[in-house]
Amino acid sequence: MAVTSPAAAELSDDSAPSGGPGGLGRFIGFRLLSGLGTLLFVLLFNFFLFRLLPGDPAARYRAVKNISAQDLARIRDELNAPVMEQFWAYVRDPLALQGISAWKGQPVWDLVGGRAWPTLVLLGTSTLLATLIGIRVGIRAGWRRGGSFDKVSTGVTLLFYATPEFWLGLLLILTFSSGIGPFPSLFPSGGVIDSGIAPLSMAGVVSIAEHTVLPAVALAVVYLAEYSLIMRASIVDELSQEYLTTARAKGLMDHVVRRRHAVPNASLPTITLIFLNIGFIIGGAITVETVFSYPGLGLLTFEAITEQDFVLMQALFLVFTVSVIVCNILADVAVAVLDPRIRT
Amino acid sequence: MSTEPPSVMLSSRAAARARRGAALRRFARSYAAHRSGMAGLVILGLFALIALLAPVLFPADMLDITKTVQNETLEPPSGEFWLGTDEGGRSILAVLAWAARASLTVGVAASAISMVLGTLVGIGSGHYRGLLGSLLQRLTDWFLVIPFIPLVVVLAAVLGQRGLGTIVLVLGVTSWPGTARLVRAQTLSVEGRPYLERAKALGGSDWHQMVRHVLPNVMPLVLANTTLTVALVILSETTLAFLGLGDPYLDSWGTMLDKANGAGAASTGAWWYLLPPGICVILVVLAFTLIGRALESVLDPRLGRD
Repeated sequence: MAVTSPAAAELSDDSAPSGGPGGLGRFIGFRLLSGLGTLLFVLLFNFFLFRLLPGDPAARYRAVKNISAQDLARIRDELNAPVMEQFWAYVRDPLALQGISAWKGQPVWDLVGGRAWPTLVLLGTSTLLATLIGIRVGIRAGWRRGGSFDKVSTGVTLLFYATPEFWLGLLLILTFSSGIGPFPSLFPSGGVIDSGIAPLSMAGVVSIAEHTVLPAVALAVVYLAEYSLIMRASIVDELSQEYLTTARAKGLMDHVVRRRHAVPNASLPTITLIFLNIGFIIGGAITVETVFSYPGLGLLTFEAITEQDFVLMQALFLVFTVSVIVCNILADVAVAVLDPRIRT
Repeated sequence: MSTEPPSVMLSSRAAARARRGAALRRFARSYAAHRSGMAGLVILGLFALIALLAPVLFPADMLDITKTVQNETLEPPSGEFWLGTDEGGRSILAVLAWAARASLTVGVAASAISMVLGTLVGIGSGHYRGLLGSLLQRLTDWFLVIPFIPLVVVLAAVLGQRGLGTIVLVLGVTSWPGTARLVRAQTLSVEGRPYLERAKALGGSDWHQMVRHVLPNVMPLVLANTTLTVALVILSETTLAFLGLGDPYLDSWGTMLDKANGAGAASTGAWWYLLPPGICVILVVLAFTLIGRALESVLDPRLGRD
């Protein structure tokens, strides 16, 4: 919610009529504009951050065997240009400049593109799991605040919240894929699909699912904690509202009051959070993919770190940041569509 | 404010001191009523004790790989090594105790940097209405958007030198935006109060207004928020170290997990190497979270946290 507040506050100062037909369009337009500002900042940041590196940037490419002399000369030319000229070229086309990985010697965007889908599968599965379970737990805990379910679930949630997701991943490998004691080796511990299977065939989907279960659980357990805490807090906020007293006075049954009245109103902060959390889940994906050798963007980030491939790192950082900005805008728009009070 | 009327004999200074003392006692009483907050304090106290006593309980020699070569490597728990040994034959219990020092130091030091930065930016963006204020606010919003762990990882990789100082710096300069947002909101509400109007009317400088009037009012919430930041920072340090971006010459719980992973502890079933560092991280992070939540709910009962 906090992200919407500056925009909402500035709009409400000068535009008096609220909820008019143009309200939503105006809001979205404004939000896109401020998103563009953020994007520019991120480009600036991403550009100069990697210029903090000591040493000759072109020298890093000499280690790459299959880089052509032509590419090397082009990179050196680009690096010799004045900084502002380089920045302008970068802003115009952030995907082009010096886009050769120092580690693999191929364009970074080919590497990133090939690794994107496993990460999407992993993040999608774990977000879905975390949302479904976390929200239900939060509703139940908040509705009977202080009850035994609330006490136990809040305790367990705080425990999960404090757990490093990659450590949980290591424990899952230890029990379910190496096999310990009574547990046989149930799941594979590396990769996203068995070799030689087409990803879009039936066997391929099964194989992907088998490889995705453990890392998705490791991520979901940690993030469902956050969703359930927020959902619980928003339900508790709603408990004292007068419309719930009215609903009860009408003689509605407890579960109807909860499901039809309290939950829809309490859901907004959680919806925002699901989108905003994508930044944190990406952070978790870096370590969890590393632990499971899951060949997505997270593992690629780890490889870029160990191989000291800063061009690749820069590209990945840009991908992560832009996805978060897009998710932020989506969150604000989703909430504005659902709740007319936000648009003003 | 005070429960008993101050004696007529007290000077204004002494009266202020008595008032503050009473407020502190009142605060301690309502904090003590939070069972989970007290549990957090006990856990934290225990770990602080372990960190302080580590050199006494486990002489530094026990961490020196050149002096542990005669020990069995990756040995399960035994009478001699209660938690077994690592891939260098070192006692895991000893490494664990020493690692508490690094993890707690990083957590507290980086949070201190974050607290100062967040408070400065937050009060500045709330107090100054013009270009400076909105610039600081934009800066906060932008940094809030950048995904935290990727930022920390990239920054640590770019800075290169892997020392404790680098890690403290990296985590300190990246974790302030949350604090800044909170402080800004609080500053705006304080700025609307009559005594600030009075200070302005009497010609108090910006500095005077911010330091004498706004700062004391935002400080309690800042401290509660910083406690939660420590939890975040310790978790992030663990992540950085696990990715190999920690100080290679210093044991922290994160580096232990990194080494355990490198030694194949998960696939060879060396649970005694994996479990202890993770449990320590969880307990310390949990302790700081519980303390922070208890502080928040004492300071702001509207939060309704039990």
